[in-house]
Amino acid sequence: MKNISSKTKLSRRAFVVGTTAATGGLSLGFHMPAVAATARAATANEGAEVNAWVVIKPDDTCIIRIARTEMGQGTRTGLAQLVAEELECDWKKVTTESITPGQNLSRKRVWGEMGTGGSRGIRTSHDYVRRGGAAARIMLLQAAADHWKIPVGELTVSDGIIAHTATKRTTSYGKVAAAAAKLDAPDPKSITLKDPRDWKIAGKAIKRLDTADKLNGSKIYAIDVKLPGMLCAAIKVCPVFGGTVKSYDESKIAGRPSVRGVFKVKETGVAVVADTWYRAKSALDALPIVWDDAANATQSDATIAAHLREGFEATTNNGDRRNGDAVQAIAGAAKKVEAIYSTPFLAHATMEPMNCTAKISADRAEAWVPSQNSEASLAALSEASGLPLDKCEVLRSDPGGGFGRRGGSQDYVHQAVAIAKNFPNTPVKLIWSREEDMAHDFYRPISQAKMAAGLDEQGNLVGLHVRISGQSINAFANPALVSGGRDMRQLQGYDVNPGEAQLGYAAPNMLIEYVMRNTHVPVGPWRGVNTNQNAVYMECFMDEVARAAGKDPLEFRRSLMGNFPKHLAVLNAAAEKAGWGQPLPAGVHRGIAQFNGYATYSAAVAEVSVSDTGKLKVHRLVLAVNCGHPVNTDQIAAQCEGSVAYGLTAALYGECPVKDGRMTSLNFDTYEIMRLAEMPKVETVIVPTYDFWGGIGEPTIAVVTPAVLNAIHAATGKPVRSLPLKNVMLV
Amino acid sequence: MAKLNINGRVHNVQVEPETPLLWVIREQVGLTGTKYGCGVAQCGACSVHINGEVMRSCSIRVSDVKAGDKIVTIEGLSATSSHPVQKAWAAIDVPQCGYCQSGQIMAAAALLRKNPRPTDKDIDEAMTNICRCGTYQRIRAAVHLAADMPTGGKAAAVTGHKV
Repeated sequence: MKNISSKTKLSRRAFVVGTTAATGGLSLGFHMPAVAATARAATANEGAEVNAWVVIKPDDTCIIRIARTEMGQGTRTGLAQLVAEELECDWKKVTTESITPGQNLSRKRVWGEMGTGGSRGIRTSHDYVRRGGAAARIMLLQAAADHWKIPVGELTVSDGIIAHTATKRTTSYGKVAAAAAKLDAPDPKSITLKDPRDWKIAGKAIKRLDTADKLNGSKIYAIDVKLPGMLCAAIKVCPVFGGTVKSYDESKIAGRPSVRGVFKVKETGVAVVADTWYRAKSALDALPIVWDDAANATQSDATIAAHLREGFEATTNNGDRRNGDAVQAIAGAAKKVEAIYSTPFLAHATMEPMNCTAKISADRAEAWVPSQNSEASLAALSEASGLPLDKCEVLRSDPGGGFGRRGGSQDYVHQAVAIAKNFPNTPVKLIWSREEDMAHDFYRPISQAKMAAGLDEQGNLVGLHVRISGQSINAFANPALVSGGRDMRQLQGYDVNPGEAQLGYAAPNMLIEYVMRNTHVPVGPWRGVNTNQNAVYMECFMDEVARAAGKDPLEFRRSLMGNFPKHLAVLNAAAEKAGWGQPLPAGVHRGIAQFNGYATYSAAVAEVSVSDTGKLKVHRLVLAVNCGHPVNTDQIAAQCEGSVAYGLTAALYGECPVKDGRMTSLNFDTYEIMRLAEMPKVETVIVPTYDFWGGIGEPTIAVVTPAVLNAIHAATGKPVRSLPLKNVMLV
Repeated sequence: MAKLNINGRVHNVQVEPETPLLWVIREQVGLTGTKYGCGVAQCGACSVHINGEVMRSCSIRVSDVKAGDKIVTIEGLSATSSHPVQKAWAAIDVPQCGYCQSGQIMAAAALLRKNPRPTDKDIDEAMTNICRCGTYQRIRAAVHLAADMPTGGKAAAVTGHKV
């Protein structure tokens, strides 16, 4: 292997940063014929690579390449629909192939960014994947025209069949693909994409492409990987965040022939390697470990809550938006409304626990990783193994859930490599127990919000003051983004500007501020990230203010939304579908909420009842959503349904208590998850405007909890200001 | 040493008697469709049939499995994904990430075997496995759809396709 010069070598850090940068300006996926054949991505079957996105086999099978991660959210199918739409191929002959980060790197990132978070899977790649499909179509048609020696303009194509009407000749993509692959790619800027209103494949409720192997046990997740000679590892990291390993007594597990080694991992953890995982885990459970808890063992729920509460009194903030003078307006208002809200730490609890299989030799590192960002996994593999990126490869498998846990951190890759280095050229599969997964997550950050509003004599909102005191994800995970002490990410959903996460209300005097109060607990993005907590604070308080004003919560909101037609349209759509204002069965009450996140506008109406003994039943949720361009309406419905389950689980049960510096909920017996019996009927209304592209995996989760809490408020007459509901006496 | 009848085939495995059946199925027998999710019988990702009853294999010691017990895993439910539950799951596009679905399908198949026409309440009580993606609404619909299929409840009474 020749050395890459220091100037041209892509540093790991630059690579990682690059994977999170916008891909605008890159010309993706169009210049394949110029790339040496040896550098081309390996395709499972013979076929001609027309361009990076499209491989066509002689039997007309169309393999569409996918860079983003599919972890349940339907992105694989949606991206394939977008490519196929422009390609004009036969959808029945479409299959997909996930490219690896090594392939992407070796081809100068022809497939762009692979990271799949922030509901970006489709909304930040729709343009170049559609141009990739269109470019392939243009080349395929040109190849047919060249063969028949006629002008390409005389050809038509449908379902991958190319026709020349004048001479009644037809051919197929499979027949011309090899010739098309040799042609120069068209300039992507010269391509005119279809009007979405003319879509035939995209925009439809098409079945997922990846269901079959999920029904018979044949789908291989990373946790299922089997390799010749493979060993398995179990790990325990100091339960107190920031603590280290003091000692462990290996003699207590001596004489277990299956055990191949005990290793300290990065000073903070201990791993046992054995021939099977269960034997490794059993030995680890039997291994006495003494931890050095260090300073953080003094931390608990009470100390953290006091730390956050102190933020309400701080004289400076870490980011704000303001117009007028909210504090003065509220002080002089005819009526004041005040409330303090709080939300807890939450774990992701993906069904497939963290795991990674690593095989390290002197000049090659390979890892099998369930990852939301395979390029970040590759960077972690390179960094941990000490081998350059081009000697590393990450083999893809679809994660068994992600929800933000498997993106930037890649902690389990670092651990697996550290362990596997002890067994050169031998694959070692590290699996975290559920308890380890719950003890060492990057949790949804904890926060509290102090809310104040002023109303005039007519019940009009004259001032709104929000102060959020809580932990910052950026401060923990990416301090460079906390510029000059300001961290506006924690105010997600309260943006002044439209486009990503804009607050949909106006008031003559408004102050919304963030006060950073960090804890020792590692934090990270959790499906919906800060829109979840911020929607609870804003939308539940909005109901409190509406009640104080003597107004219907929907009408009160509408009076503040004149400048926000897109927010208002989804709010109205949800209200209309749910029959807002119409009679309900006895004991059933409604609540409403709206929010904007990941560019998508969401609203929800919940119907709940609360029994005399305080037992809650959530009967129905109507979700309205404007994601701009719906790509697969059935998968949008699926994500809305899923967001209700994930959001409602958090609302009902979700909390990660901290005691003696460590997490105390370590499995599903205490970290309760909503089951089927509690699932309300979910109805999804899609009201697209086709003038932007929004996400779908996350946006709707933000409105689920506030709609339910507002319905509870309607049922009981009492606001719910802290979560989870299992700790709240409703009557 | 344990002798296990899994999907109609007898496996002799060398394993410590306290090993959970789940890990024997996954690591000694090599059938990985049955999943690890919690290890404490909470999530149901490890659900298999033992003599027709749905059981959470993570919490059954292999030494407690009797020689005559017939174990069926997701791989043995049908030869060609033709079980009514599998067909209904496909028709409704139930799975998202899919990780819990082996267990969900095994639980649904066991429910229909005993109760070919389950009510919503029956489904509430029988389908207690965790799905983090939140496919519960479609699972309910798919159980009803499977029950409505001509061979619904009856065909659910499988004894294990050999794999």
